[in-house]
Amino acid sequence: MDAAIVAGSSCSSSNKVVSMADFGDEPHVLAVDDNLIDRKLVEKLLKNSSCKVTTAENALRAVEYLGLGDDKKNSTTAADIASKVNLIITDYCMPGMTGYELLKKVKESSNFREVPVVIVSSENIPTRINKCLEEGAQMFMLKPLKQSDVAKIRCDVLNCRG
Amino acid sequence: MAGVAQLQRQLVDYTASLFHEGFLDDQFNQLQQLQDESNPDFVVEVVSLFFEDSERLLNELAKSLEQQTIDFKRIDAHVHQLKGSSSSIGAQRVQRVCIAFRNFCDEKNVEGCQKCLQQVKHEYSLVKSKLETLFKLEQQILAAGGSIPFPM
Repeated sequence: MDAAIVAGSSCSSSNKVVSMADFGDEPHVLAVDDNLIDRKLVEKLLKNSSCKVTTAENALRAVEYLGLGDDKKNSTTAADIASKVNLIITDYCMPGMTGYELLKKVKESSNFREVPVVIVSSENIPTRINKCLEEGAQMFMLKPLKQSDVAKIRCDVLNCRG
Repeated sequence: MAGVAQLQRQLVDYTASLFHEGFLDDQFNQLQQLQDESNPDFVVEVVSLFFEDSERLLNELAKSLEQQTIDFKRIDAHVHQLKGSSSSIGAQRVQRVCIAFRNFCDEKNVEGCQKCLQQVKHEYSLVKSKLETLFKLEQQILAAGGSIPFPM
């Protein structure tokens, strides 16, 4: 994994590009953040980028939403999973389960390991960033997010259209 | 009654002064740029959330610092929240005090924390009143049939 830290690297070399067939023009993003203001902000940023947004106020809620806590959900079809989420953006510092722990759970799950995860944090700590990238985070970005950051995510992680 | 052009000039000057004096930083511009026809009150909504959330946090902080045994972890968690929200709306001076506040938490310095609490309350009330003035000016312009000048 290369050392491109904050902005992450373009995913053209990895196999994690989400196929267009999965979400058409409006990818569904799960945004996880315990800060109310940040949730509102990320939601607007994503909506401005033509994304459908579901927010979760902590990692546990996110886990519940994804159905990761319940391993016995064998009735979930591949189509259900594909339509669930196309991207997870999560804050790093959250009470209870951190964004890093959420990332691990997602990457350990057979259903969701291909879903790109972007970690955001207000703190620029290289060891933290590396840890997340090594665990499979697509990108690590600094808060507060700007429209240009979301455009970059849209492009690099979700594949620019047109 | 002031004409629209005069009010608009007032707003532009007032906003510029808030940036110049460090009350607001570029993140506030980012917020304004997010506002559009589908969400014409976005900035006011987010800032109102910030006011509510901050007041709740400041109350919690005051209570925590009055305890017999100070729970620095709890205080730090609250300051972290306040630092995050203030940063997200561009309330630069509030954010800066929060950084100092967290350092005192790390050092378990009660006096330092108490001083920071006073400082952050002060900076918060300043930025609150200035933003309220800014929003009032915007309302006056809209009421007079004008439009809000786009942020520079």
